[in-house]
Amino acid sequence: MTVQQVLFFLFGAIALGAAIGMVTARKVFHAALWMLLAFFGVAGLYVLLEAPFFAAAQLFVYMGAIGVLIIYAIMLTRGMMRQRLPRVNDQWWFAGLLAAALLVVLAWLVWQHPWATTTAAAPADSLNRLGLTLVDPEGFALPFEVASVLLVMALIGAVTIVRER
Amino acid sequence: MLEQFIFVGVLLVVALFLPVVLIGLAWLLRPKRPNPRKSEIYECGLQPHGENWVQFKAQYYIFALVFLIFDVEAVFLFPWALVYNWLPLYAVLEGVLFIALLAAALVYAWQKGALEWM
Repeated sequence: MTVQQVLFFLFGAIALGAAIGMVTARKVFHAALWMLLAFFGVAGLYVLLEAPFFAAAQLFVYMGAIGVLIIYAIMLTRGMMRQRLPRVNDQWWFAGLLAAALLVVLAWLVWQHPWATTTAAAPADSLNRLGLTLVDPEGFALPFEVASVLLVMALIGAVTIVRER
Repeated sequence: MLEQFIFVGVLLVVALFLPVVLIGLAWLLRPKRPNPRKSEIYECGLQPHGENWVQFKAQYYIFALVFLIFDVEAVFLFPWALVYNWLPLYAVLEGVLFIALLAAALVYAWQKGALEWM
């Protein structure tokens, strides 16, 4: 096995193990911490895919901002910190059935899709190309501006909800 | 590309190794004679009262949310700033519009007093 394969299995195991730890955690706060570890594993996989910008964004946005947001949300909720939630409720069999069906569909999709593989290295200027397409009217100029409107809406909505008590 | 990440990997290992060694050494060397007084939660020398899991004020959520929003803004602006020198004028103005919209949102939150520390 090459070093890359070892690292791939290491980060994959971190992401999967943390995800299992998250869904089996008895305290919702511990589940949030497991989730952050799973995000870290995914960031490692992005590095192995030679997508360092995505890896950095994963660390900044998911582990940094969303992690802080979720931990705040748990700490702000009454009784959430001490509660030891039961792992399953009485609808566990139906949820399991749905999850198994989704797994079958996804596995079938992955199996029958002709994945394009290449041995060529990722272009060194991929981030420059991303920046150019992001503001190109032929590319993603409109989604780029819509994203800022979406962020403004999120901020105004949050301010409104917090002020009205 | 991946070779550059060797340094990140080395730093990661050092960052894990140092605290584990320091805490492990402290655990090995310290005398272990606990009493209820010693095991109390340390709270800046004050008498601790109540539970250690307390509920925080909901207003703090807005700080986390503002942080998230400007974090996402930074992710969008980074590729734009990287190619700034090769951009035509309208593309620069697109970025300026992006920043202006979010600046307006920040001013709105500020005016509403959402950024006051409580």
